[in-house]
Amino acid sequence: MASEEAYRREFQVKGGDFANAGAAACAIKELLKEFGLSPRTVRRAAVAAYEAEMNVIMYARKARIGLAVTPREVRLVVDDRGPGIADVELAMTEGYSTATAEMRELGFGAGMGLPNIKKNSDRFEIVSEPGRGTRLDILIRTNGHVTS
Amino acid sequence: MIALKDVLTLLDGELLTAGLPLDAPCPGVFASDLMSDVLTSARPGWLLLTGLANAHVVRACAVADLAAVVFVQGKRPDNGTVDQARAGRLPLIATRMPMFEACARLARLVEDGGHGV
Repeated sequence: MASEEAYRREFQVKGGDFANAGAAACAIKELLKEFGLSPRTVRRAAVAAYEAEMNVIMYARKARIGLAVTPREVRLVVDDRGPGIADVELAMTEGYSTATAEMRELGFGAGMGLPNIKKNSDRFEIVSEPGRGTRLDILIRTNGHVTS
Repeated sequence: MIALKDVLTLLDGELLTAGLPLDAPCPGVFASDLMSDVLTSARPGWLLLTGLANAHVVRACAVADLAAVVFVQGKRPDNGTVDQARAGRLPLIATRMPMFEACARLARLVEDGGHGV
């Protein structure tokens, strides 16, 4: 990454596809490691991506995850088609969850996903339209820790 | 710091990912069946103890940079999950011990500074 031009890549995620859950986040993590970003930045981005991907698999029909990387920042935009979130503020509350028993048996749905995305990002925006879908815009600054 | 090979001995465990080295020092232990908590609270390099044996455990640990997983109470993940862990160089250990006993033994090991075996 010699210039400020962003590296871009897009991932598709299918709602209900529990068998492949985490595939996009793991691919994103490998790419960021190859770019030489610091382990902390790679982990924050991977955790945010994984939480977002699990939300799509649990609640939405499908989503596009757009990854853009520059030496200064990692940006993830998750655009889903699904039921949307009626009360975003409530959904951002730790512990609030509409997960089913099946989701909880898999170890998810504890109402920590969105707050954890916020915790692992430097800027987090969420826009949701009930009945249409939700868009997450996640930015993680690299603090210039690029080794290659 | 504790060593994974000491964990294997102490918990009378079986290494499911044969061939993966167990000599990396492990600075902490986290016990949970909730992957949301693993992603929120477990630190990089830690060992996870869990009674949940599915592929999501391996993926969550890979994403959050955990060092290894111990499945307690005789739980065992399927072969595909073990293969996935081996590919990601994440050691998996199975023990018949219940969660409480496994945690108690590891807590003593941690208190002894990793020299309790």
